[in-house]
Amino acid sequence: MINLSINNLPVRVKKGSTILQAADKIGIRIPTLCHLELDCFTIENRMGSCRICVVEVEGRNNLAPACCTPVNEGMVVKTSTLRAINARRTMLDLILSDHPKDCLTCEKNGNCELQRLASEMDLHHLLYEGRQSKYDIDLACNAIVRDLDKCIMCRRCENACNNVQTVGILSGVGRGFEAVVGTPGLRPLSETKCVFCGQCVAACPVGALTEQNYKYNVWRALNNEKKHVVVQTAPAVRVAIGEEFGMAPGEIATGKLVAGLKLLGFDKVFDTDFAADLTIMEETTEFIDRLKKNENLPILTSCCPGWVKFLEHQFPELIYMPSSAKSPQQMFGAVAKSYYAEKMGLKPEDIVVVSVMPCLAKKYEASRSEFTRDGVPDVDIVISTRELADMFKEAGIHINKLEEQQFDSPLGESTGAGVIFGASGGVLEAALRTAADWLSGEDLKEFDFEEVRGLSGIRDTTVKVAGTDVKVAIASGLGNARKLLDRIKSGKAQYHAIEIMACPGGCLNGGGQPYIHGDTKILEKRKEAIYKADSGLSLRKSHQNPDVIKLYDEYLDKPGSKKAHELLHTHYTPRKNW
Amino acid sequence: MFDNIDKLSQRARELRAPTKQPIKVMVSMGTCGIAAGATPVLAALQKEIAERNLESSVKLVETGCMGLCYCEPSIEIENTQTGKSIIYGNVKPGDAPVIVKNLDGAAVGVDTVNRTWYYPELEEPGEQQLQARIVLRNSGRVNPERLDDYVANNGYQALGKVLTEMSARAVIDEILASGLRGRGGGGFPTGKKWEFAANQESDVKYLICNADEGDPGAFMDRAVLEGDPHSVLEAMAIAGYAIGAHEGYIYIRAEYPLAIKRLRIAIEQAENAGLLGKNILGSDFDFHIELKYGAGAFVCGEETALIHSIEGKRGEPTFKPPYPAISGLWGKPTIVNNVETFANITAIIRLGAAWFRRIGTEKSPGTKVFALAGKIKRVGLIEVPMGTALRDIIFNLGGGIYNDKEFKAVQTGGPSGGALPASQLDTPIDYDSLKALGSMMGSGGMIVMDEDDCMVNIAKFFLEFTLDESCGKCTPCRIGNTRLFEMLEQICEGNGTEETLTKLKTLALTIKDTALCGLGQTSPNPVLSTLSNFADEYQSHVKDKRCLAGVCTKLISYVINDQCVGCTLCARNCPVQCIAGERKEQHVIDQDKCIKCGVCYNTCKFHAIDRI
Repeated sequence: MINLSINNLPVRVKKGSTILQAADKIGIRIPTLCHLELDCFTIENRMGSCRICVVEVEGRNNLAPACCTPVNEGMVVKTSTLRAINARRTMLDLILSDHPKDCLTCEKNGNCELQRLASEMDLHHLLYEGRQSKYDIDLACNAIVRDLDKCIMCRRCENACNNVQTVGILSGVGRGFEAVVGTPGLRPLSETKCVFCGQCVAACPVGALTEQNYKYNVWRALNNEKKHVVVQTAPAVRVAIGEEFGMAPGEIATGKLVAGLKLLGFDKVFDTDFAADLTIMEETTEFIDRLKKNENLPILTSCCPGWVKFLEHQFPELIYMPSSAKSPQQMFGAVAKSYYAEKMGLKPEDIVVVSVMPCLAKKYEASRSEFTRDGVPDVDIVISTRELADMFKEAGIHINKLEEQQFDSPLGESTGAGVIFGASGGVLEAALRTAADWLSGEDLKEFDFEEVRGLSGIRDTTVKVAGTDVKVAIASGLGNARKLLDRIKSGKAQYHAIEIMACPGGCLNGGGQPYIHGDTKILEKRKEAIYKADSGLSLRKSHQNPDVIKLYDEYLDKPGSKKAHELLHTHYTPRKNW
Repeated sequence: MFDNIDKLSQRARELRAPTKQPIKVMVSMGTCGIAAGATPVLAALQKEIAERNLESSVKLVETGCMGLCYCEPSIEIENTQTGKSIIYGNVKPGDAPVIVKNLDGAAVGVDTVNRTWYYPELEEPGEQQLQARIVLRNSGRVNPERLDDYVANNGYQALGKVLTEMSARAVIDEILASGLRGRGGGGFPTGKKWEFAANQESDVKYLICNADEGDPGAFMDRAVLEGDPHSVLEAMAIAGYAIGAHEGYIYIRAEYPLAIKRLRIAIEQAENAGLLGKNILGSDFDFHIELKYGAGAFVCGEETALIHSIEGKRGEPTFKPPYPAISGLWGKPTIVNNVETFANITAIIRLGAAWFRRIGTEKSPGTKVFALAGKIKRVGLIEVPMGTALRDIIFNLGGGIYNDKEFKAVQTGGPSGGALPASQLDTPIDYDSLKALGSMMGSGGMIVMDEDDCMVNIAKFFLEFTLDESCGKCTPCRIGNTRLFEMLEQICEGNGTEETLTKLKTLALTIKDTALCGLGQTSPNPVLSTLSNFADEYQSHVKDKRCLAGVCTKLISYVINDQCVGCTLCARNCPVQCIAGERKEQHVIDQDKCIKCGVCYNTCKFHAIDRI
């Protein structure tokens, strides 16, 4: 342990702690900007590059960046001397001198850490002005917008992309004032191996990285009388959207969300959880088949489009491994434009399927050519949790004040197994619940596979499924996925089933979720909420979803049938690794 | 193959035995000498020696740089029997006959050069010998592409001594006792650095020689590598032994092809001779050296950036701690020392710390190599004891100001240093005195400025360099320096105010206080030192909107006075044809069209053009 004093207060911290951590321990907040720590994943961007957090350290010639200066025994730190305050203000002033001042119309307005800092640091007058960086905005892909004029070189995106996700397409390029975060060959994201997980967007403190915004497309669809507009909402949306409306993190907003969506004017409000249950039917069938034949193991989950694209680019030799089952979003779209369309007597092209997703890769997924039939996409518009919150706000819908409502039928019924898709480990647990029942031929009472739950990056365990030992692993975060895949490739580990989610912690921490600004307690709360929602439901196994059973009876025959394959399965394509 | 130290010593004795060729003709063949035409001079000398049948008594040696840039090609003729030597400068191939004819005396009609240096290892200084050559002891004396030449001059004896007589701890103690400080600029005690790394428990440690010399006008490391590559290799092996490293890298700029070529040759020679590689000199110590090329980024001279560059990452500094000695290349303990630092090591080991301390000052022992450049008569490379006064360097060794103009300032420490005025010329050169004056030692560039230089413009020039070379990682360097530069532009264009000056100084001080790495922290030095040493120049730019040196074109204009005789010379030379007038009548400059290039001012023979 190390003893030091900060602003004349004694503090005792672990060796290796930084001044920032020590100050935090005694309630002294030192402003930061480039620093980002997601402690539950041991993710840290410790660049020390913005110099906002500089403090005075006795005996040191220059100011010390609190975020990366380790504490020493007897260290004397002053965080708010005039020298430190002036330096900090100058740093902020300089950053703002190279930053567009279009805060009022910026996508990040109200959610910008730079904006908040300017307010906190009481900066009302800018001293420095001069030339500003000018870059072409990258609007080429349908998931992420990169507006480098707003980049402040904090490198948080780079850390997310290279170190956390190991996708590796972002790097500092250029020198001096021309230094900026760039892609290989400065190509647009659409021409790189970007997987559109959106973790860079989640990490960006300013408006340099945002989602491609499709709110207006939704407004247009809702106002087109010729269209039948249905919406599906992903499991992780309901445990996060409330945060945008003053609800406490972890408060489940399902019923209010449904009410809000109905108020917005959707013809039907459905649940992606229904499709998640459907996914489990197909995926578990495939899993049991592979398990019995003992071939093509392990089976990898395929619900996460970021993960699928990552595999296609970086592990093309393993593309036989993922389940061929489409993701819930795409299963929903396929069913909505076939089964549901027929039921309602509508032409598929007259139905608009809108998805609300915690994810940005889902925007990309919906545009994959495999998911279009006869020129009609299964899913038409994908918006993120944040975009939906914006739409509610624009429409004056304060969901917190709404009476709860129920999803519509027939694509609104779901089980707890569908809900837990939103947390890392959830897809696997849902599959295990069904597999156990199917293999044992019983309705088992013990089906909480708690050992597969959690936020940690890689977990593996052996679970008993109907008397058989099934070795499973879960990875969230693509860097962890890479480690796991490398272990499999080298033969160091063998599993029967693996769940992989691109975002650390799973969908609850997706690239389209309300910003957490480094507050990982929010993620813990979202996770708890997901399992709370699961345990509160009477039906908690996918194969017991009555509407799913009905769908098979009326339309698909049985899981793994020809019809099911036609509608609910897909294939993967090797892609270039750059 | 030297599989023990005795064989090496035996070979050295053989090589030193009186030779049948007592006359050595040494031709300075560094990059600069070759560029100035040393190759045809060498050929002419060779031809002349052959024609006179003198090959049996005259040995022609292609050496590295002697440091006499101002009079390249240069040669030295030494009679090893009498010990007499003579140096010629500005040698042309046509001078070969007269030179070879007068091998014992001065050749008439060829420029002779005073030897302003002595070799502390061999002799006492003469009266005019202000230079003491330790680092450059072999440069310009030996053929850098011949291992024998190096061995004959006690080469690899220090390594032999270390491997046979000294423990790793003893080596570190000797370097600590010598007080040697890093010659790359920071001046951190070399022995301490080694000690940190030696104390680390690690399976692998690395040693890096920083040869990414990047200061504008500085070329001392290139001279050492081109002129005496083995001295650096030997020192690296010694350092490797001291800290427990078996792998060394030389990080060298790719723009140094000759140095790279000579290093490659030297490494191969040393490996073949058992002086590098496995079981050096028959001991159980292995040490391998590999070259890594820099792609021309100044910031990669900063050790953490350099390490990242070797790792294949973007060359940008990271915060210290952790220091490379604890966690460096590939996360292993790593020592980064500069070329010149290494070039001191073998002498310290062979002759001892006490001997080394006799030269230089108490806190900065030894010598420092400087590259003299700018408005100085004798541009070139010098090596002086620490503590030598700036005045001696500039006016004695440097021969004073070019064209006998008035001295205005000297910039030490390259773009990260400061501009020192005439009042500080008696400053003894050492790490601490320079730092106290707001400059720094840096790697040893020394740029002299005269009355025609505008110090605001000079500050802008240096800042532009750091701006271009900044990695852009931290806010103060990336944006702060840009704003400083823009303010200097305003001042030079007559748009500066008193407030601009205040802002300039405040921001410069803040950048010093907050920047991440050495480059950023020192980048405002040229601004701060000129603000304090040449405040009047800033004032005249800001208040009177005038540039007294006549450099800032927006602040000057050229007008023709009544001394004009109408010779039309100016009008004929004006590149934009903005001077009008009849022959034999006073001419007029169209101020709207004038681009202020100064051609008329410089061509007028009648002092008829005023710069106001």
